[in-house]
Amino acid sequence: MSSAAVKPETKTKTDTLLEVQNLKMHFPIYNQGIFRKRVVNHVKAVDDVSFDIKRAEVLGLVGESGCGKTTTGRAVIRAYDPTAGKILFKDTDKGQVDLAQLSREEMRDVWKNIQMIFQDPYSSLNPRMTLEQIVGEPLKNYGILDGSALRDRVAELLRLVGLRPEYMSRYPHAFSGGQRQRIGIARALSLNPQLIVCDEPVSALDVSVQAQVLNLLKDLQGQFQLTYLFISHDLSVVRHLCDRVAVMYVGKIVEIASTDDLFNNIQHPYTEALLSSAPKPDPRARTKHVALQGEVADAANPPSGCYFHPRCRYATDKCKSDTPALREVTPNHWASCHYAEELDLSA
Amino acid sequence: MADLSAKNLAIEEETIAEKGASIATPRQLMWWKFKKHHVAMVSAIILILFYVVALFSDFVGPYNPEKTNAKTKFVPPQAISFINGEGKFSLRPGVYGLIEERDPETLRRTFHVDKSVWHPIYFIVRGDPYKMWGLWESDIHLFGLDKESDGVIFLLGSDRLGRDMVSRIIHGGKISLSIGLLSVFLSLILGIVLGGLSGYYGGMVDNIIQRIIEFIRSIPSLPLWMALSAALPPGWPQTLRYFGITLILSILGWTGLGRQVRGRFLSLRNEDFVLAARLSGARDFRVIIQHMVPSFMSHIIASLTLSIPGIILAETSLSFLGLGLRQPVISWGVLLQEAQNIRTVALAPWLMIPGLAVVITVLAFNFLGDGLRDAADPFGR
Repeated sequence: MSSAAVKPETKTKTDTLLEVQNLKMHFPIYNQGIFRKRVVNHVKAVDDVSFDIKRAEVLGLVGESGCGKTTTGRAVIRAYDPTAGKILFKDTDKGQVDLAQLSREEMRDVWKNIQMIFQDPYSSLNPRMTLEQIVGEPLKNYGILDGSALRDRVAELLRLVGLRPEYMSRYPHAFSGGQRQRIGIARALSLNPQLIVCDEPVSALDVSVQAQVLNLLKDLQGQFQLTYLFISHDLSVVRHLCDRVAVMYVGKIVEIASTDDLFNNIQHPYTEALLSSAPKPDPRARTKHVALQGEVADAANPPSGCYFHPRCRYATDKCKSDTPALREVTPNHWASCHYAEELDLSA
Repeated sequence: MADLSAKNLAIEEETIAEKGASIATPRQLMWWKFKKHHVAMVSAIILILFYVVALFSDFVGPYNPEKTNAKTKFVPPQAISFINGEGKFSLRPGVYGLIEERDPETLRRTFHVDKSVWHPIYFIVRGDPYKMWGLWESDIHLFGLDKESDGVIFLLGSDRLGRDMVSRIIHGGKISLSIGLLSVFLSLILGIVLGGLSGYYGGMVDNIIQRIIEFIRSIPSLPLWMALSAALPPGWPQTLRYFGITLILSILGWTGLGRQVRGRFLSLRNEDFVLAARLSGARDFRVIIQHMVPSFMSHIIASLTLSIPGIILAETSLSFLGLGLRQPVISWGVLLQEAQNIRTVALAPWLMIPGLAVVITVLAFNFLGDGLRDAADPFGR
């Protein structure tokens, strides 16, 4: 692994690996007729999202359930076909390509460089395959390794994620959730990808195991200069691992900044509410709790103006009518709130 | 790297894998779970026995099922006795002789047991000649009376032409049991191909196939079978007719299976491990064959097992109604057809025993299917 993992590119954090421009992922809502379906409306799961990830950087994507963070991740990896927008990716072999335009066969080549770690370690491993088959499958499918070389590589990968190579001939059902997640990580690493989309990789695990898997991800990132798009709803996890954080609400990014900046200098009321709702491990450190009222807005039928205004305690009439743009409030700190400068937000 | 992996090795020792030192394959897990289902195990043994007997029907049956005997019409089932003609105990089983009497009032012929005559039963004995699987001549039977003996052995009685019911039921099993398997196999192919197309591609293909399935399922089955079997040319030889019936049963039988396969495809298409396989560079064909089909195959086998009885019953009903197979072919339905008159019910109820064979087979298949279905998912969380 050690020699193969190091790619020839420079590893400075100024080199943009992935650039997502105005990504839209709308799912049609059908009205079922006898023979034909009619499109009645669209769920705008991802609506005009733009961000970029530098090489060897970890970008966190946070938000409530249903805010479109998983959909964004899956659209980036082209598990879905995006409705509109560009996904510019610097591929080692092909140079810069727009993933949104590629055919499935062309995507197959790109998947050598983009992999995914799934949320549910139970459903993401085929129960009828041994570890060797699961972890070795990418290498086999792309015809990279075969036979005993494949076995050696699988053993190396298993050791790398903290599993014994002797487990190779076992089936996933013999392992705990945390171990299964390690298997998933080994599979994602097998092709030495440049970008790994981590879709809530620890949220299905016990808290005690979460830390181990997070540390593994962090160690691997440091060791191989990996780039993560790290999707999570857990702010403490994001704070621990990410260089930059993007906050999503109803399909849009409402705030994006470096982790320190975001946690210390909040510019959007939604981020404030999100941060204050996270439980604090210290019982004496009681802060004022900014409770979120109401439900998450319906992505098929979003409110007018700022999507967050029905739940925002600072909302004014302007918020009801005008949609705020994502703008650079302080250097490299973007937020979409009309009153980002005026409000003094803290969590 | 070395220290990193050592560290990680040290953290997680709460292994499930640690406890069970040996590795169980999914197949082993299924077998263990299936073994716990005792009724299904017994059913499986009964069915295996039935199929083995049907396979060696010429050898197992004591007589040629076509051999008529004018002197032994409507003989009731004989009892096996260990007391020989001299009233002494004998280790060898035997059957008593029969005395034919005519009722002076009704002129009905009846048989009485003559305890003074005792015919010993021999095992692996020479009897009626037959051609094993049409390949070689033989006259060895599993059991029967001595070739020179003038007695008869009708453990389940004889029919209106004096033919042995045991041999006829055993020979009938050949057709009745195989038609289920063959027909289900054809249904399986149709169901997986059409259901798979429907589920994997969706859209218009799905729509058309689903409407066809709904149409077929909405037609009452018995009239449709009748119409289709009536359409079989009457001049066809019996073997061709047998395959014709098989085909009819499977053309109508694949719909349920097609729906199941489609549903499985639809749900599996969105499973994470299927997406993971695609991200691992697996092409459509490999995704389907390596990842999707194995994960629903056990369910399909279980539901196939549950659909075999329906087909056996369908063949029986068709033949019973005189629309399926006919004399001289022997199937359980044909045998039951001969029993469908009041004389049989009143005077020779043993001619309805083939019905019991049908009931046992159907029940056994149902229990076996239940057991398989429960065992099919050893990963149930």
